Amino acid sequence: MAEQELHFTDEELNEIEKIKAKFPTAKAATLRVLWVAQKKYGHVEPEVQALVAKTLDLPESHVHGVASFYTQYYKEEMGKFVLDVCTCLSCQLCGGYDVLHQIEDRLGIKAGETTDDGLFSVQEVECLGACGYAPMVQITNGVYANNLTEEKVDKLLENLKNGKMPEFESMVMRQNEKRIKAATE
Amino acid sequence: MVEDWKSYEPLLIPDIPNLHKIDVYEDNGGYEAFRTVLGDQDKWSRKNVTEEVKAANIRGRGGAGFNCGLKWSFMPEPDDRPRYLACNGDESEPGTFKDRNIFEFNPHLFIEGALIAAYAMSIDTIYVYVRGEYIDWVNKFEEAVEEAYEKGYIGNNILDSDFSVDLHTTYGAGAYICGEETGMLESLEGKRGYPRVKPPFPAQKGLWGNPTTINNIETLANVPLVINNGAEWYQSIGVEGHTGPVLYGISGHVNKPGVYEYPAGMPVMDLINDVAGGIRGGKKLKALIPGGASTPILRADQLEGVSMDSNSLREAGSMMGTAGMVVMDEDTDMVDLLWRITHFFHHESCGQCTPCRDGTGWLEKVMVKIKNGNGEIKDLDLLLDMTTMMEGRTICALADAAAWPVRHTITRFRDEFEARCKKSVHAVA
Ligand SMILES: Cc1cc2nc3c(=O)[nH]c(=O)nc-3n(C[C@H](O)[C@H](O)[C@H](O)COP(=O)(O)O)c2cc1C
Ligand code: SF4
Ligand code: FES
Repeated sequence: MAEQELHFTDEELNEIEKIKAKFPTAKAATLRVLWVAQKKYGHVEPEVQALVAKTLDLPESHVHGVASFYTQYYKEEMGKFVLDVCTCLSCQLCGGYDVLHQIEDRLGIKAGETTDDGLFSVQEVECLGACGYAPMVQITNGVYANNLTEEKVDKLLENLKNGKMPEFESMVMRQNEKRIKAATE
Repeated sequence: MVEDWKSYEPLLIPDIPNLHKIDVYEDNGGYEAFRTVLGDQDKWSRKNVTEEVKAANIRGRGGAGFNCGLKWSFMPEPDDRPRYLACNGDESEPGTFKDRNIFEFNPHLFIEGALIAAYAMSIDTIYVYVRGEYIDWVNKFEEAVEEAYEKGYIGNNILDSDFSVDLHTTYGAGAYICGEETGMLESLEGKRGYPRVKPPFPAQKGLWGNPTTINNIETLANVPLVINNGAEWYQSIGVEGHTGPVLYGISGHVNKPGVYEYPAGMPVMDLINDVAGGIRGGKKLKALIPGGASTPILRADQLEGVSMDSNSLREAGSMMGTAGMVVMDEDTDMVDLLWRITHFFHHESCGQCTPCRDGTGWLEKVMVKIKNGNGEIKDLDLLLDMTTMMEGRTICALADAAAWPVRHTITRFRDEFEARCKKSVHAVA
């Protein structure tokens, strides 16, 4: 990381105050402030953890304990797009490993690695709550790409290379015909 | 009544476009239950609300199936301490993807249920804890919360009554264990999600040591239905012992996977064949995990006449869990399947208890060995022994949840496991 002292802007501090106001203790804000920090710096390496600790007036050991416990925090710098491939139960049954291997193959890296150009990281993850739309991938802790096929995975990678993120996909219950109609009109 | 399920109209997520908007929700009778309660506090005293919900027997939809109103009645009498409702939207049990539908399509029904729960238990602060991966759903849900604040359903002196409550939404950062109720409380307090030793139970000492009740999102979404229509009406949906609407999440090898809303107690085979369109590619059904990864797997031949309710599933040798049904076709490799499940629980064990931390690790290690063809028959018995050593000996139920699938998948598909072992033993010939 760069030498310069890390800090939050006034706007970020404002956001942090709003988060703190939700809870009776500053400690309770730890997870959320780590999120604010990760959004800014792209990871929560030790320097970033120290900033969070200082901002909330908490021991660094506490913040480190939290940062290292939760899988969504990036403990090191990651690619611009982090592909979280679900290979858990339903996704395993529906080809989650095929998706993982295809992505590994196309990008020339293995799960846990980042491409040399810093564009992509790939990770294998546990159930993301999209089991009925398997196999699926979550991109950088954000949008879900559902019901993947070989073609869809290639298209996704191509779009991401061109800086185009997929959009949020609403999964209407199949029973709800009026809703489906309204959503497609 | 379940026989006429084909004519069932969804109640939790009805077919009304834009229901997530508060105006549409109100136009369709939304917040009527909450208004009724606050408007006639003699008829709807806190005790009466709790009694009605208890009589309805809404069985907790987070996995344990506990009577919702009965749980509410465990809260101590109000004193000068703050009181909390912690709503569990962690939804991380593999095979489960239902609560996100409530956040997306009918958030106000859940908010209304949470508000009624808060009233009934004299609660002043509601937290809604959502898994961090659901950030898009958190953002959608927060819009609904804002609307409810603007309309005066949340805040001080709600609808000119003496009742005040706040609702805060927050989210985690990836950890299955934060779905365990006391793990969630720790996470809400800004710590690692280490489950707590019980007793004391959350009703006595929950968030920051204060009285707290924890309910699942879908559980609370049932509450307005009970207030509007009465416990008796609610009891008429579903089957004896398990009533009300259920969001069934069907995934795996079916033609039409997805979330479907039907009464509790639906015939399993109707759900698989009629609702979810049968097995993909015209293949045969091999097995079903009925309610998320930790519920014991059932072979196709064990499913005849079984329905999705706690009694029927218990008789069949499994559990209702989250009603996240994972369907497997005849080509499914049970050894691979079980190995991946053991990997999940090992990955998600928080590590506080030795039988769980080491047990889940060993289950996975031995399964890797078997999967790779290096297993011996005696490893199967070792695995079964380990499950007994893990069960009921830990702080939370994750260790049990890890042990059950191992025990039942091996005993119910023993041939397949033995075949994989034997092959390795004689492979050198
Ligand atoms: C390891 C583990 C994970 C759990 N995960 C969840 C979860 O993601 N969501 C949930 O609502 N309940 C989960 N539960 C169940 C909760 O502990 C708790 O019983 C439930 O939230 C209570 O709400 P209910 O009575 O309304 O179902 C989990 C339990 C265990 C042991
Ligand atoms: S049983 Fe496992 S997950 Fe639960 S507290 Fe113990 S170590 Fe943690
Ligand atoms: S198993 Fe992949 S999203 Fe649930």
